[in-house]
Amino acid sequence: MSDATHMELPLYSIAHARTGDKGNRVNIGVFAYQPEFYPLLLEQVTEARVLSMFQHRGASRVVRYELPQLQALNLVIDDVLEGGVNGSLNLDGHGKTLAFLLLALPLQIPQALLRE
Amino acid sequence: MHETSHDTAFCIGCGAGFSGDRLDVAEPVVDTLIERGLPAAIMFETLAERTLALAQLARQNNPDHGYEPKLRELLEPILGKCVRHGIPVIGNFGAANPMAAARMIAALGRELALPPFQIAVLEGDDIRDRLTPEQWDIAESDTSLQVDPAQVIAANVYLGAADIATALRHGALIVVTGRVADPALALGPLLWHFDWSLDDWQRLAAGTLAGHLLECGSQVSGGYFADPGFKEVPNMANIGFPIAQVSHDGDILIGKASNTGGLVSEQTVKEQLLYEIHDPAAYLTPDVILDISNVTVTAAGPDQVRVSGARGKPRPARLKATLSFSSGWLGEGEISYAGPNALARAQLAAQILRERIAQRQLQVRYRIDLIGVASVHDSDDGALLASLPPELDHNDVRVRLAAVAEDKAQAETAAREVLALYCDGPAGGGGVRWHLTQRIGTQSYLLPREQIETRLHYLNSHANQPEVL
Repeated sequence: MSDATHMELPLYSIAHARTGDKGNRVNIGVFAYQPEFYPLLLEQVTEARVLSMFQHRGASRVVRYELPQLQALNLVIDDVLEGGVNGSLNLDGHGKTLAFLLLALPLQIPQALLRE
Repeated sequence: MHETSHDTAFCIGCGAGFSGDRLDVAEPVVDTLIERGLPAAIMFETLAERTLALAQLARQNNPDHGYEPKLRELLEPILGKCVRHGIPVIGNFGAANPMAAARMIAALGRELALPPFQIAVLEGDDIRDRLTPEQWDIAESDTSLQVDPAQVIAANVYLGAADIATALRHGALIVVTGRVADPALALGPLLWHFDWSLDDWQRLAAGTLAGHLLECGSQVSGGYFADPGFKEVPNMANIGFPIAQVSHDGDILIGKASNTGGLVSEQTVKEQLLYEIHDPAAYLTPDVILDISNVTVTAAGPDQVRVSGARGKPRPARLKATLSFSSGWLGEGEISYAGPNALARAQLAAQILRERIAQRQLQVRYRIDLIGVASVHDSDDGALLASLPPELDHNDVRVRLAAVAEDKAQAETAAREVLALYCDGPAGGGGVRWHLTQRIGTQSYLLPREQIETRLHYLNSHANQPEVL
């Protein structure tokens, strides 16, 4: 949904991300390309939205940590590996590709920020 | 003889970030360490969670195996330079058989006609002789899993940096370990060089942070980062491996080997800073609880980034141990369909596989994937696809079946159903591959420190028998 003041764009357009895995959890570090985009991450990359994005894979919980000095979020997602790291039949059993699924999350970006 | 110093910065290079990493990356790191002229060490991290179980299986087949299979190839290009320049090498490449690794390194030293050097072997991580998982708290992984001690292949506790520092103090040039916490491979030489106290939590935190940034090799210097059009990395075919320059106060400067590709930037360092981190205020290691919630990352020149602000809390009372156990068999099979209507033929193949698995009542859990961009009809430039009219709907779909079973034969039977699609499946199926893999599960626990006893052995490269100090 875009309107005169906002444009809908994927998270990918304003942030980069990396997945790490340990046990049956993954963490996704999300980093704003520019400091002025960080408030949008805080406002729109919420635990609830991330959980709903990964629910189809069995995700049970998302905890979000804020790292303002890095303009970063650390999202820790439980049970996202479709049967666990021990049970997954997915080609990517560790979930290393998942950061790029998160980056598809749609955000409402103020037009004013995009013009800068 | 190495002098501990409170003034000089110390450099730690990384020569491998996993078993399977490039074998030609360590030499430019060592050359750069020599060129910088500061006291230095190089670490190798080659032991992922399941790698140790695979090593244990290799050792069961041959008592001289069970260490990093490419160890010789990793060390041959650098061993002479490290011996001549007094650059210690610390690696968890001992895997399931550190003593055999040490013997191989000694033999390599003699073969290369190097002057004698000391090799230390750290043991005590293997806890297969005291498996009481029912008494331990589960640390992470699938909490529903019941581990049968009889099925355990490997059981290892994550050791810390103190023994590595002790080995270096006793004059070891090479320190061979099995399971240690990855950052300890860097913290060990820092403890030795700066003579930091084992309860100096701030400095231990800084050293652990340096190790955390180095432990995955190029992942801090441009690997696992590039995204064309968004995040560019130059010359990835010759990516340079990282070097951390650490001051006595724990200030960290991340750089990389000279004359290499790759990139060290605020972005690459930030991504790796959070890699595999859960609570940024409490990253648990055997040596210290690291708090990175106030760490700052600042560009400090071309391919140079300063990292500061690590804080430490007293080390945890318990140590993490990971048990690996046999966890059934994975059968996989793939077949390709291409050209007009390929997607429909691939979907028909998938449907046939579902029916066959049901009819034969195979006791497997399975999934089916439809994969493909450009393979059997085209090369990776996509020239053919570009030349065809879009209405032809010329697709390239690879059907993958993955089936797991407790029983090897069931997994194999499922995978062979893909093979049978050659003759019995849809039109034009080709390029079948299928194979079976033994699956290894893992479960992590927390153990009281008192249950763990470490030992250091020393082997002179020119002597036949190891010595215990």
